[in-house]
Amino acid sequence: MILYKFPRFNSICKHMSLSLDEVRNIASLARIELSDADAEATREKLNGIFGLIEQMQAVVTDGVEPMSHPQETAQRLREDHVTETDRRDDFQRAAPQTEAGLYLVPRVIE
Amino acid sequence: MIDSSLTELRAALDTGKTTSVELATLFLDRIDRLNPDLNAFITVDRERALREAAAADARIARKDAGPLTGIPLAHKDVFCTEGVLTTCGSKMLANFVSPYDAHVVGKLREAGAVMLGKTNMDEFAMGSSNENSHFGATKNPWDVTRIPGGSSGGSAAAVAARMVPLATGTDTGGSVRQPAAMTGVTGIKPTYGTVSRYGMIAYASSFDQAGVFAASAEDCAPVLTAMCGFDPRDSTSLERPGEDYGREIARTPTDPEEPLAGLRIGLPVEFFGEGLADDVRAAIEAALDEYRKLGATTVEVALPNAKLAIPAYYVLAPAEASTNLSRFDGVRYGHRAAEYTDLDDMYRKSRGEGFGAEVKRRILIGTYVLSHGYYDAYYLKAQKLRRLIANDFAAAFEACDVIAGPVSPTTAWKLGAKTDDPVQMYLSDIYTIAINLAGVPGVSLPCGFGTDAMPVGLQLVGNHFDEARLLDVAHRYQQVTDWHRRRPEIAA
Repeated sequence: MILYKFPRFNSICKHMSLSLDEVRNIASLARIELSDADAEATREKLNGIFGLIEQMQAVVTDGVEPMSHPQETAQRLREDHVTETDRRDDFQRAAPQTEAGLYLVPRVIE
Repeated sequence: MIDSSLTELRAALDTGKTTSVELATLFLDRIDRLNPDLNAFITVDRERALREAAAADARIARKDAGPLTGIPLAHKDVFCTEGVLTTCGSKMLANFVSPYDAHVVGKLREAGAVMLGKTNMDEFAMGSSNENSHFGATKNPWDVTRIPGGSSGGSAAAVAARMVPLATGTDTGGSVRQPAAMTGVTGIKPTYGTVSRYGMIAYASSFDQAGVFAASAEDCAPVLTAMCGFDPRDSTSLERPGEDYGREIARTPTDPEEPLAGLRIGLPVEFFGEGLADDVRAAIEAALDEYRKLGATTVEVALPNAKLAIPAYYVLAPAEASTNLSRFDGVRYGHRAAEYTDLDDMYRKSRGEGFGAEVKRRILIGTYVLSHGYYDAYYLKAQKLRRLIANDFAAAFEACDVIAGPVSPTTAWKLGAKTDDPVQMYLSDIYTIAINLAGVPGVSLPCGFGTDAMPVGLQLVGNHFDEARLLDVAHRYQQVTDWHRRRPEIAA
């Protein structure tokens, strides 16, 4: 797992603004190619959105239990037995490239 | 026939006045005629529809018909349909033929409903105007220079123009209720967990919930009834017995003059403040007067943290989206770039080419807020606000039975008006998003028109699992008003 640490802003809460390099780094983490021409426009729009998001900081939430999900029930468990049938051919039909039941990708080991 | 209610269509089918094949043909012909102007459908499968209709006619003939057998419907293209193109409005899935049916699709097929096609939508259900579709924007049937709302804009427009009597949708931050309001149809988003998400292409899994569009609340009820029920294939599907969501509508009121006597309608002060357009406010106030005549009382309630719903949502939903959409890597399904240097380059180019601008923005926001060092400031903070907002609803429902207010601060705007300004687009969902954060059910029903002659929607919000009551409260209003029967000129 790659952990990329962004440079910290003095106060994340106030007037944060992403630099072009930071936008490129985020895009790289998300594995999305971003042309130089698109990077600046993306930066501008993201900064606008983060301006909206920063409004959250106006509310004190100390001691509030975070809510991760609308249902706070435990995950169901089931018996550990096979429930699926083998439909590999059906599923691989949607793949860009397969061979002998395998998904083909560019060579990763030289 | 195109303006018939579900009850009337049912009777016509059961008494042999019409057949499912005739009905399917009638609506398919309307789709052929209207879709070039409205672009509400991405895929229409006439052959398959007629085959399903013939099977439904056989069921009806052997007296094996349920409430939906032989009734035409359309599915939002977010639902996987076996053997049928399932694009989610994206170039990424422009050629994806699903190998299986979504739970919703399977349930409605079992019920005998006839699928005419798949409706247009904002790419991956991200948007409020339907302009983010790879297949071009859907147009509002009331004025084709305006947006139909989003993200389920194709389904809403299709029902509004009577290209189909029923359609499914999904609502993550308002995507059923807002387009319903913008196009003058009725839409319901049930309690989170009520309808299985199996086969519903994920955007933000802790918010995504399937819903229904129809001409009236009464017509929504049987569709919701058929869609619901426990499904072990979705880990968040609630283990609750099935419900008849039309049971309250079917009830005969003690006092027919005041069928809603005793009902307490909560009006959140935050939903009637600055930013609400005068014409929308006037239509909502008039609807509330109608409710008082029906015997309901109104009481002021407060949702003090609701104003933070948008900022919190635009942290949490993109965070979940960045995770969910990581599956689109050009390996197992979806778009793969034509040229690349290595595996990593293949991922980057396939995703760079396959996703549209808004989807990329939300993935980037999500990636950032989940990144090391920012998790607490954004993601955790937003989860705490989500708790406060859910608590606000719980407190409000101590003082009232349903909450009422506008769906959207304005009527449908002109195509292109907000496409360059995502923040303005996001703010248009100010009254719908808090409901998804809390996971409670909501309905949108037509209640008048703005000064631009565009439809206005009234939003009714219920406590968890109160769908039957919500539909009834909407139904009683529709019994004494005719806004839901108005049709755009194009649909004449």
